[in-house]
Amino acid sequence: MKLSTFTPYTKSFRKAFLIIPFFVVIDVFCEIIQPRLMSVIVDDGILHKDINYILKIGLAMIGLAIVAIVANLCNIYYSAHASVGFATNLRTALFRKIQSFAFADTDYFSLASLTTRLTNDTNMMQQVMMMCLRMLLRAPLMMVFAIIFAVSINKDLSIVMAIALPILALSIFILLRKGLPFFIKMQQAVDRVNSVVQENLLNVRVVKAFVRQDFEKKKFEKVNFDLMDLATRASSIVVLIMPVMQLVMGLSLVAVTWFGGQKVMTGTLALGGLMSFLSYITQILISLMLLSLTFMMISRAIASGDRIEEVLEKKASLTNTEEGLKNKYAITAGRIAFQQVTFRYNRQSEKPNLDNISFEVKPASILAIIGGTGSGKSTLVQLIPRLYDVSKGSVLVDGIDVRNYKLQELRSQIAIVLQQNQLFSGTILENLKWGNEQATEEDIYTAARIACADDFIRSFPNGYQTLLGQGGVNVSGGQKQRICIARALLKKPKILIMDDSTSAVDINTDRKIREGLKKHLQDTTLLIIAQRISSVMHADQILVMEEGRIVGSGSHDVLLQTNTIYQEIYQSQHLQKEEV
Amino acid sequence: MSTSNKSIPVSLPGPGNSRRIKNEKPQQGFKALWRLMRYLSSQRLMLLLILISLLLGTAGTLAGNYLLRPAINNYVLKKDIVGLGHIALVMIGIYIATGIFNMLQYRLTIRVAQKTISNLRNDLFDRMQYLPLQFYDTHQHGDLMSRFTNDMDTVSDALNNSITQLLISSITLLGTLALMVYISPILSVIALIMIPLMLYLAKLIINKSKSFFAANQAALGNANGYVEEMISGQKVVKVFGHENAAIEQFEKLNQVLREKATKAQFYSGMMMPLMANMSTINYALTTIAGGILVITRGFDLGGLTAFLQYARQFGRPVNEISSQYNSLQAALAGAERIFAVIDTAPESETIDSLPIPTPLQGQVTLSHVNFGYVPQKQVLFDIDIDVKPGQKIAFVGETGAGKSTIINLLPRFYPLLSGDILLDKTSIFKLDRNELRKKLSIVFQDTHLFTDTVMENIRYGRLNATNEEVIAAAKLAAADSFIMQLPLGYKTELTNDGANLSQGQRQLINIARATVADTPILILDEATSSIDTRTEIAIQEGIDRLMQNKTSFVIAHRLSTIRNADMICLIEKGTIAEFGSHAELLKQKGKYYRLYMGQFD
Repeated sequence: MKLSTFTPYTKSFRKAFLIIPFFVVIDVFCEIIQPRLMSVIVDDGILHKDINYILKIGLAMIGLAIVAIVANLCNIYYSAHASVGFATNLRTALFRKIQSFAFADTDYFSLASLTTRLTNDTNMMQQVMMMCLRMLLRAPLMMVFAIIFAVSINKDLSIVMAIALPILALSIFILLRKGLPFFIKMQQAVDRVNSVVQENLLNVRVVKAFVRQDFEKKKFEKVNFDLMDLATRASSIVVLIMPVMQLVMGLSLVAVTWFGGQKVMTGTLALGGLMSFLSYITQILISLMLLSLTFMMISRAIASGDRIEEVLEKKASLTNTEEGLKNKYAITAGRIAFQQVTFRYNRQSEKPNLDNISFEVKPASILAIIGGTGSGKSTLVQLIPRLYDVSKGSVLVDGIDVRNYKLQELRSQIAIVLQQNQLFSGTILENLKWGNEQATEEDIYTAARIACADDFIRSFPNGYQTLLGQGGVNVSGGQKQRICIARALLKKPKILIMDDSTSAVDINTDRKIREGLKKHLQDTTLLIIAQRISSVMHADQILVMEEGRIVGSGSHDVLLQTNTIYQEIYQSQHLQKEEV
Repeated sequence: MSTSNKSIPVSLPGPGNSRRIKNEKPQQGFKALWRLMRYLSSQRLMLLLILISLLLGTAGTLAGNYLLRPAINNYVLKKDIVGLGHIALVMIGIYIATGIFNMLQYRLTIRVAQKTISNLRNDLFDRMQYLPLQFYDTHQHGDLMSRFTNDMDTVSDALNNSITQLLISSITLLGTLALMVYISPILSVIALIMIPLMLYLAKLIINKSKSFFAANQAALGNANGYVEEMISGQKVVKVFGHENAAIEQFEKLNQVLREKATKAQFYSGMMMPLMANMSTINYALTTIAGGILVITRGFDLGGLTAFLQYARQFGRPVNEISSQYNSLQAALAGAERIFAVIDTAPESETIDSLPIPTPLQGQVTLSHVNFGYVPQKQVLFDIDIDVKPGQKIAFVGETGAGKSTIINLLPRFYPLLSGDILLDKTSIFKLDRNELRKKLSIVFQDTHLFTDTVMENIRYGRLNATNEEVIAAAKLAAADSFIMQLPLGYKTELTNDGANLSQGQRQLINIARATVADTPILILDEATSSIDTRTEIAIQEGIDRLMQNKTSFVIAHRLSTIRNADMICLIEKGTIAEFGSHAELLKQKGKYYRLYMGQFD
């Protein structure tokens, strides 16, 4: 973790960082001088029987305590603002960064991990920032002041500190060093427990159906035992810090009493001095304790910092090119061409996911793509709106390489209904408006009608105002797909890509949607990926894909004559028709 | 594709965890506490040891400080070096003994706490295994997970720290007070005024910060939810060029969060230093009063020294008591949520269950079945089907028609509203549920896998299947060829719910699992929906072989897979609309005919 990665996010709080130490110094001073004043009361006030003096100094003590309260409140006020502000800035920066990521970048981190980095890890940073602002200066300062005062009371007695302090520091260090690795192991055990629970939640039907409750229970008992074991071991070590500290503190007090007592007897040390020395030594050891806690917290936060830094430093792998920003090309016709396109998701993989693909689609025509699972259909269409960049060759829209468009322009003219549909929490209307913020009601109803969604949306009690849960949980798969199609239509794109987007829609509705699209989108180039022959057979051109290559191309009739794979697909779905 | 699959992070249970102030109040705190105590009671001896060492440890700490008084009064002021030596030795002894008792107490507490938490986790998991499916239908996974993680953590915190700390702090506070009163009743008056004042102030701050923390949690929840949605919907965001709108919206949520969080941090951060400062004021007041007492009433200096030592320190137990009381409240609220699951009634047991008919013929009869997931909303109406042993019956119809629901009734996942389901003429509701389920194997629509090897995932169908049997099953399900291409073949570890496999491949593994189970009744719910049509033909033969001599139920989207069924049931809106063999139904030229012909346009 480099501090310089994080300093920009503290920019708006520089004032707080400058002002906080000021309050800390005031607070520490007010606090640390108390035992000294007390000793003055004892030695000068009590021993000289001067009540006025006692009152004067005593009121000064109270006054200082009140000043300390004010300083503390100011400190906390600024610390809270600075640490929360810091976390806020970090979150915004992370969110912006993630929005700029290409899928390859997101895949690199995984979705779950990005979410935790943006939430839990920034929270950790906030906590540690707060702790640092409050403790990192205060504890050492307290210690230094206390040592100075203690030494000023009596140099010889300070030897006790010189011995106790390193012993305590060393034992804390050893305990932490022994304990922390267990905490890391324990965290992994926690992950394992969670993973068994999560899998059982996902697989609840399977477990029940196969009557595997006892099997699962045994599995859980094992990971649970491991967790208990590691947690016990980790905590048992770290928890020793407290009693060790108490022991060292107690023994130091005894030593001071013993040596200091002798000095008082011989008159080289005043009684008040001994009393305040006892206070200071307690103060010093407590400060050391707080400091070690802060370091423990920091060491855990560094892990979070690393994870945040990794995201912030990652360069988005797909951005506007200089060309794209300079030339303000616009898509007008919707002609698509692939020229010897090769693509790999993973640069190291031997076999490309798309291998030397070339084809052309005329404006306003319909292209269909068919082929087995994993043959590269979805990959191919995702290259058009530059969701991924080609590894070799080029993809042209209206004769211009897609990389030479401004991303916003490119994507605003290309609508794609994805295989993994996603709706967002909000009303159906709000979801549809993703397609076009300014869409009129009439536009929306038309789009929904083409997508065969209008009827069922209106059948809901709240119609278009129906609230969808996250991911559209309260509509069926087929309904979700139709809403997604309507949403894409609202963009009024030049190019519309439908990636297996009617798989959960029944056959008749599927046909109605296709007919609607044909009728209403006469100026739009349409790309359809489908499994059913019936969905592709009316296209102007059909591509047959297998293992990342185009193995056939042409109209339904031509392919049926010439292409064995197409024939096989046809057979697999049509064998029975002839029999009828 | 994901390279770093970090599982859900949870905060560390145990002492490393910083105290969280949560706005949570247990409904019946006492009851939950009582339940927790019952969990602890299995370790009575340990608890007794903890209590003893806790009492001795705390008493030792107090005594050690107290001895300062005689040390100064009796020896230092009287210049008795031998006596000082003696008392120093006594103090050393006390401190060492205290240290030992404290260590013992801390370690034993951890042991007991971890053991208890582990028992609690086991009990929660055990109960989860037997909860009816309705429970899972009506509870979010995230919510259940959070009982295992967050709630367990707060309870663990309380057992590790709060309870003992509350005891220690209370004893310390009371002991300190008692000693203070003993040393000087007059000086104690100051403390007796300060302590309630501090507790009152602490309560005020905690109440304030609690309400701000609640607002903070709510704002955090909103922001987190939005982030999760936008990140998981990244493709759609990009496709619609919605990045800037998303950033704008997030910044709004983030600002709200910032306001709430700042307030929450301010109020919660105030607590400790304020208590310390109040303690200092008390110290100053005591010094003044003590000084005057020494002069006017001849109060002893040693007494003042010891008294001041206490006065300076009692801010800490006050602080501890108020914050630990708070975490204990949060823990009890968490415990209540855990107990709520443990107390949920399990799937009803069959009393005096009848034995499974042997040999099992495999006749399945649905007799006038009416069903609803909730009684108010019936989804199946008078379903009446009789499947003869060895027959294959197929269900077709639109999504949401009720096909999967019918199939989910066969393993007795849900109770019926009315009607009955019979296996070889015996009601399945009179059979032992587990014995019944052992006769069925089901391939579900949503395919999930376990973190384990491919081999073990398939073997899940029958735990005593040999490797050869597993491989044979995989071959039958046409899964063998892709499995052999995995890096370690059958020994390849599947992680993250089989994230490195395609949906189709996961379905093949699920089919293999059902194959290896080799039960008299087989149920396939859209088992091949994600497998492309050519592969499907390849496995069709295997599936046909698998179905020989078995009663089987099949749901399929593609009608080609079911045309050789003995009977086809067209389900529409929860009723049987058409019924018969493929040929018969085509002849009827009804809905099935239209559906079937529609596949080819």
